[in-house]
Amino acid sequence: MRPTARGARQQDNLASYFEEQEGQLALADGSRIGVIGGGPAGSFFAYFLFRMAESAGLHISVDIYEPRLFDRCGPAGCNHCGGVVSESLVQLLATEGINLPPTVVQRGIESYVLHTDVGQVQIETPLQEMRIAAVYRGNGPKQSEPVAIAGFDRHLLDLSATVGAKIVRKLVTGFDWNHGMPQIRTADGDMATYELLAVATGVNSQILEQLNSPAMDYQSPGTLRAFICEFHLGQATIRQWLGNSMHVFLLDIPRLEFAALIPKGDYATLCLLGEDVDEQLIESFLASDEVKACFPDTLVPTPACHCFPRINVRAAVRPFADRIVWVGDSGVNRLFKDGIGSAYRTAKAAARTAVFHGISKADFEKGFWPECRTLIRDNRIARLIFGVTTLIQKLRFLRRGVLRMIAREQRDAGKNRLMSSVLWDVFTGSAPYKEILLRTFHPVFPLRLTWNLLAANLLRTERKGMKEGAR
Amino acid sequence: MNSGSLGKTYADGAIIVRQGDSGDCMFAIQKGQIEVVRRGKDGDVRVAVLEEGEIFGEMAIFEREARSATVRALGEVRVLTVDKKTFLRRVQEDPSLAFNLVRMMSRRIRRLSGEIAELQPGGVARSQDTLALTDAERRIERRNRTDRRVTKDRRSGGNRRRDAERRGAVAASPSPA
Repeated sequence: MRPTARGARQQDNLASYFEEQEGQLALADGSRIGVIGGGPAGSFFAYFLFRMAESAGLHISVDIYEPRLFDRCGPAGCNHCGGVVSESLVQLLATEGINLPPTVVQRGIESYVLHTDVGQVQIETPLQEMRIAAVYRGNGPKQSEPVAIAGFDRHLLDLSATVGAKIVRKLVTGFDWNHGMPQIRTADGDMATYELLAVATGVNSQILEQLNSPAMDYQSPGTLRAFICEFHLGQATIRQWLGNSMHVFLLDIPRLEFAALIPKGDYATLCLLGEDVDEQLIESFLASDEVKACFPDTLVPTPACHCFPRINVRAAVRPFADRIVWVGDSGVNRLFKDGIGSAYRTAKAAARTAVFHGISKADFEKGFWPECRTLIRDNRIARLIFGVTTLIQKLRFLRRGVLRMIAREQRDAGKNRLMSSVLWDVFTGSAPYKEILLRTFHPVFPLRLTWNLLAANLLRTERKGMKEGAR
Repeated sequence: MNSGSLGKTYADGAIIVRQGDSGDCMFAIQKGQIEVVRRGKDGDVRVAVLEEGEIFGEMAIFEREARSATVRALGEVRVLTVDKKTFLRRVQEDPSLAFNLVRMMSRRIRRLSGEIAELQPGGVARSQDTLALTDAERRIERRNRTDRRVTKDRRSGGNRRRDAERRGAVAASPSPA
């Protein structure tokens, strides 16, 4: 059944108050909003919806459907993700009044170590301050001891509950329209109808297929299979071998796009992204000397927990319709990086549109879609940038030049850190890809890169000598 | 410091921001307390004590003026730096990012207005110690409640008041901060 435009109560209709449009679909006092999924996108949506509605003097109710208990260890309580909150997102959340306590942050990251077959180099954060948060999405790996930590997802879900959202511990199994309003069915057979439905299921949910109907023009995102696993190393080993650095690998392994080892509490999370990551790719990666060198006695331990989640690599088509909006991974995401940051951006844009514009397809096209379009356009530039990093992965002489340039920049305090800042933002996902690309147009950048390429390849240095600034 | 701590740790008495310096960032307190001290003709005056969750140094984000006060750690404090560039880049796309800052600055103006009203000739600013600051806030809250009652009463007699204003019988009252 297709939704039909329904005249909202004009006297207390906020969107009409702002837009002065007749018969517009909009939230009103008493509106009920459903959110499928209590991950970051769903929690951010509920949180900002409440905050904005409160500012506008609108009284609404929000139900978040999340069957998973995030305080459970292992897959049962996890949303399968590398668990890195980017530098820019940590700052933006602080500005919003959302601070991440040490019980949520497993480790503050203050630098990156870039590993290649021609050496390794450490890239320090510009302010030498811990502004990247390594977090658990659930409550730690399968075999971990239950400790008094709160996963990132649990923290945000609690936050949305604090402002007024109701958490419904049920699995959503069905969707339909009821007199033009979205209706959902849960596993126990209960039905609920809402004025607005936000879909924040990620890309690994069955319900997404049901919403993939031609009636709504929505088409779910294109995905790739990633690999995530956790190694138990203990606090002392992590401090000694990995420190407060995220370890990124630029290795010439077919189909591998990005690999990172992220230190957390007692564990280190390995995250591999690429063209359908499989056992062969994982074995090749773990067998490489650069990876083994990150572990004591060059022995890679058996993972305590692992998964092959799908990740969004191509934006969904029309992630909005009358009374429905798709946020986070189920809609539009940044390519390979800052998935939680994308969830924040799209969820907030959807909430802002719902409160201040309206909840029709046209409203979301006007208020929500521009945010998605910015991400999509930026992802086009990201493909170009990742194409260049793939080239660096494949060509050894390039790797030598890049590594030398970073090492010199890191060594000389006060020097304009051109390559360091470019790679820092590529790895951390802290800046838009467009801005990163523009930074490479700095007139000094190609000159310095050319000089370093020549110096690194003509004055061939032994690998040991190249290990500058690391650890 | 805990491995899960974000930001930078400052020891007791360490200066985080110095009055007169130029600034291109603001700060969010992750843990502990800081004091805001302004140097005047008669020496240093404590302007405020801020706690976990609060933001300071935000004026540098909006103005190109030098820092208006010195900020010192009260005990060990952990503070996260928010870059002007990160904030301004995002606020262009999402102006509602400034909501929380505006709300916080509004609260501070309200509190300061209350303190100014409380000052007696030759008296001392209430915020020179944390306890007095809390008392001042309580007084402001009591006065706000009274203001709200007065506003309600005024609304009920709105027509009479407007007539009186037209006649110039009622002086315009100052708007609350």
